[in-house]
Order: sequence, then structure tokens, then C-alpha cells
Amino acid sequence: MALMVVKFDLKKRVKLAQTVWFMYWFAVLAGILVLSLGLFFKIELRKRSELMDNNESHFLPNVLIIMGLVACAINAFGGKVCYDSLDPTKFVKWKPMLKTFLVLCVVFNALLFATALLCFVMRIPLQFTLAEGLKNGMKYYKDTDTPGRCYMKRTLDLMQMEFRCCGNDNYRDWFEIQWVSNRYLDFSAKEVKDRIGSNVDGQYLMDGVPFSCCNPTSPRPCIQQQMTNNSAHYSYDHHTEELNVWKRGCSDALLSYYGGIMNTIGALVLLVTMLEVAVTVGLQYVHSSLSTLANPEDMESESEGYLLEKTVKETFTDIMTKMKAMGKGAKVEEGAAEPVATVS
Amino acid sequence: MALLKMKFNQQRRVRLAQGLWLLSWLALTCGAFVFCLGVYLKTELLRRDEVMDNGEIHVVPNILIMVGLASIGTNWIASRVCQDSLDTSRFPRWKVLLLAWFVVAALVCCLLLTVVVLSYALQGRLEESLKVGLRNGIRFYKDTDVPGRCFQKETIDHLQMEFRCCGNNNFKDWFEVQWVSNRYLDFTSQEVKDRIRSNVDNRYLLDGVPFSCCNPASPRPCLQYHLTDSRAHYNYEYQSEELNLYSRGCRQALTDYYMGLMNSTGPGVLSVILIQMSVLLSMRYLQTAVEGAMALEDPEGESEGYLLEKGVKETYQDVRAKVLNVVKFGQVDPAEEASGAAEGEKTTDTSTEKAATPPPAS
Repeated sequence: MALMVVKFDLKKRVKLAQTVWFMYWFAVLAGILVLSLGLFFKIELRKRSELMDNNESHFLPNVLIIMGLVACAINAFGGKVCYDSLDPTKFVKWKPMLKTFLVLCVVFNALLFATALLCFVMRIPLQFTLAEGLKNGMKYYKDTDTPGRCYMKRTLDLMQMEFRCCGNDNYRDWFEIQWVSNRYLDFSAKEVKDRIGSNVDGQYLMDGVPFSCCNPTSPRPCIQQQMTNNSAHYSYDHHTEELNVWKRGCSDALLSYYGGIMNTIGALVLLVTMLEVAVTVGLQYVHSSLSTLANPEDMESESEGYLLEKTVKETFTDIMTKMKAMGKGAKVEEGAAEPVATVS
Repeated sequence: MALLKMKFNQQRRVRLAQGLWLLSWLALTCGAFVFCLGVYLKTELLRRDEVMDNGEIHVVPNILIMVGLASIGTNWIASRVCQDSLDTSRFPRWKVLLLAWFVVAALVCCLLLTVVVLSYALQGRLEESLKVGLRNGIRFYKDTDVPGRCFQKETIDHLQMEFRCCGNNNFKDWFEVQWVSNRYLDFTSQEVKDRIRSNVDNRYLLDGVPFSCCNPASPRPCLQYHLTDSRAHYNYEYQSEELNLYSRGCRQALTDYYMGLMNSTGPGVLSVILIQMSVLLSMRYLQTAVEGAMALEDPEGESEGYLLEKGVKETYQDVRAKVLNVVKFGQVDPAEEASGAAEGEKTTDTSTEKAATPPPAS
């Protein structure tokens, strides 16, 4: 017994083919959308590539770009098939490959769904990538003379200003690293000597942050140096001070930003998947309704369209049997390949 | 002799009407574009309203908005006229309205041209407005507790960060104002006392700038205080330091930004003027051609279309004569008025005399 059987006359078949054709071209646009989203996300990641630890994060945009291109190709082909299904002479040439194409469509839909899930899941590795990348970025903030790192200060400053964040987890991260280049430190000064001497690694650490951590909404001029020393500033308590510098860490800010993009892309890819499933179902109905014509010579005769030739259980059993047979076939071939011992 | 006369048969009239219909819809879209341009420009100006002394520059977006709406209206009417122009029963009703339409359409073109001229001409006014506005903004930077000025600091900071500028003319402008609120000054401190005493107006002035003046492109951490004291910082020369702070003043930055916006709208508006003029001229040809055909009482026949019924000189003289006539009609000549009064008196005297004379005996 076939699954979801629908009766079709010529008029209904034509209407179905036209609708599916229209949906296929709409799906081509959806493919372009997926491709564009992939490109957009790749560009956004590239913009902050200096703050990322590795290239793993580019896996998702690359997948989106590939899926977008494949979607465009598959849907354009599907559209052509639907267009030709109205003409029996033209449809004949597509008939042999339609089953393979439909299987390919199902596989593609599964992959598209996996891509959508990936958009939601990839947030976790991105978190580690950002945390590690930002830690390194902050470490190299001072190296404005080192080739390859000379723009790290500028990158971090612009990022902190744009994302309204400070440090990796919070502004205190700046207290744990030397972010002032030795080039601008007077090593003959006692204060500098004392700071370096009081540190195991010989680093110049201080309770200060770069200017880009300053919050413009603060009513008082920004306090950047001696932030933990209340007596260094009038009417100031660093425990209760809320607005002076950004409280949020950049790891969290960037993760929220990229996470937001990924969630949006994920939702859109899910919608595209639904559309793809719809067109695949539509094409299956077109294919089955044309295959089951009561009189193949007479295009006006009635026919039946269905999703599966048998029930889900039977179809699954058939697939398993075929796979077992293929497995057996492979084993037999292996056996045949062995040399036969002959008695001379 | 009519100006730029052209012969039109039925087919050419239809072609003209169709072409004008398309053109009027294009012009309507352009009108919408002009309107959006005006709204965008007005929004951008309003965003920086706190650093502008007056709103004279708002005349440009206001005209753009007004002209945009007028253009949408006139071009919609033009498209309707085009549809009705080939129907002899429906076209006559537009005859009276078309004169007003031509006046409005011509006015729209003139106003668009005015906008282009104004957007270049008002640069000086804009600069002056920004100069005074920014000067006040910098002066009120510290007043974070004063109602109505509490967001001035945030506005200026965001402005300096966004436009990569510092001060009004340059960063030295900050040295001339007290930009730290008294609330955050320790008046028991000797350093604060000395700074205030050394100043006529008892202001706390310092050779420092707010953090928003700092340039991220600088290789060294930002120096904000003791900027003129080369000894206060290691390996620092105040005169030769280029990258530490933004060197450009905010007045210059904002003027460049707004003039850039207006200058880029200029060519766009000019192209809209050309389209609008095309609609105006085509409409005139269509009107005269259709009216000519209707006068001949042969809608299918050949007719003449023209821009002006007579030459430019003759048309000008006609218009002048009509205007003078209207003026004359509204204004009575003083000499005429005096003679009129004398005549009136004479009539009165005569009637009195007649009344005094006894009737003849019968």
C-alpha cells in the first residue's frame, strides 16, 4: 500500500507541475540566500581573524557557501524537470535519472538540516576560539614594533570601542599582563624598577587599562590608571564604581555578536530546509503521478501520486535488504578473488 | 510663430502618451527618492542638533521633503492625464487643472535647483553654526549634573570617537575650558588650588584632553594629561608627536561630513530636475497636440504640438501686458480719481439748482 496517495487528472497534474516549478525557482533564490549568508559570516569572521585562535571557525561559513551553491544547482535542475514534465516527449529523457535525483535531494535535505543544527552547535567551539584568541591578542597588545603584530593594539582598541567591552572576561584582565611597550618605559625611573622587580616574570604590571575601555556614559572623566587605589582619586570607590570602564568582557561580547548571527543563520537555514523538503515532496508527486498513468499513451488519463510506493516500514525493510545484498555481493566478490587450489 | 513646433499623428500621440506615462512614474519614483533624501538629511542633522547653534541648514532637507511630496503628487496627476489623453470624453476635464499643474511642476524644478544652489551656498553658515555649537558643547562637557546638559559629555565623546576628531579646531581647545566637573575635584589638594588660582576666571584648566580624543592608531598607550610637558613622559616630544591624539578638529570633520552628504545629493537632485523637466515639456507637447486634434474635431487626424503658442519674445510681451493689466485693474489712477470727484460734485450742483428753480406755470 503506497503512502499518502493522491488522485490526479491532467488539470491537477499541470497545476502541481506549475506550482512545484515556481517553488523550485523560489528555492534557487533561497540557495542564493544561504550562499550570501555564508559569505557574510565568512567576511565577519575574517574581520576579527586576528582575535581568533584557529581556522576551525571558518568551517561553518564554508559549509554554508557549499550548501548554497549545491542548492542553486539542484533547484535549477529540479525546476527544469518540472518545466519539462508538462511535455511527455521532453520528460522521457529525465525519467531514468529522477529516482537518483530524488535520493540526492533527500540526502541534501538531511545535510541542510545538519547545517542548520551546526549553526546552533558551533557556538561552543567558537567560545574557546575567541577566549584563546583574545588572550593572545591582549598579550601582543604592546608589540607595536613587532612585524605581524604591529596592528594588534589598534585592532583591540577599535574592538573594545565598537563592542563596548574591556579585557577578555572583564577589565581586570589588563592588570595581569604588561600592555605598555618597553620602548615607552623609563627603566631609570624608580617606579618602573619597583614594578618590574615586584614581578616574577619581570613584567611591568599595573592596575590600569587602555583608553578604549573607557565608558562615554560615565559622568566623570575616565579613570584609567591606579584603578584599585581609592585614595589616588577624589570621591572614588573602585568597588562601587559602575560606569567608569566597560564591565563586560570582549569574549562574551563577541560571542553574543557571532552567536546572534549564527542563530539567525540557523533559523533561516531551517526555513530553507522546509522549502527544500516541500519541493522534494512536490517533485516526488509529479514523478509518481506521471509514472502511474492509467494509459501512458493518453496524457489526459487519471493517475495516482504518492510519497512512497510502500509503507514506511516496508520501504525501510526493502532498503535494509538491498544493503545486505550489496554487502553479500561484495563478500562473494572477495571470495572469488582468492586463487582456487587445483589438483594436478 | 509657435515655438518648437512638431507634427503629431494619432500613432505618435499614443506613443507620446505612453512614453510620458512611463516617464511620469519614473519621475514619481525620483520624487520619492528626493523625499527620502530629505528625511535622511534631516535625521542626520537632528542627530547632531546639540552641537549646532542654529537650524538654518535645515532649509535644505525641508525643501527636499516638500519638493519630494509635491513631485509625487504632480507626477501622479501626470500619469492620470496620460491615461485620459487618448479619450476625447475624459481629457477636457483636465484642461483647467493643467495650467495649475504646469505652474506647480515648474515651481518644483525651480525649488530643486534652489536646493542644489543652497547646499553649496550654506557651507559657511553650517560651519559657523557648528563652530558656536561645538564651542558651547565643549563648555558644557563637565555639566553632567545639570538638567538639560547631563548627556553633553556622552554626546561629545561619541562624536569625537565616531568622527575621529578632537576639540573644535584642534585638541588645544580643551586646554582653554574646564572640562572636569567641580564634583570630582578635591579642593583641599594643593595642586587643584594652584591651578584655580593661576586662572582669572577661577577655572580648573589643564593641558589634558578627554579619552575620546585618543587615536587607536598610535603605537604607544594614549597620553591624555601633561600633553605640553615633554618631560612628564618618557620618550615623548610634544611638538613632533603626530599619532597620540586626533589632530583634526570636530568642526572640520562635521563640515566635511555634511558637505560630503550634500554634495553627493547634488548630482542626484540635478538628474531628478532633468527628468522633471522632461515630464513638463512632454506634457506640454501632449496637451497641445491633443487639444489641436480635438479642435479639428478629428481625434484620428494630424495635429501640431508646440511648447509656446508664439515666440519667446512675444509670449513674454503678452504675459507682461496681462500682468500690467491686472495691476492697472487693481490700482485706480489718481488724476482719474480727481476728475471723477469733480464730475460728481458738478452733478450734485446741477440737481440742487434744478430743485431750486420753480416749475413753469402751466
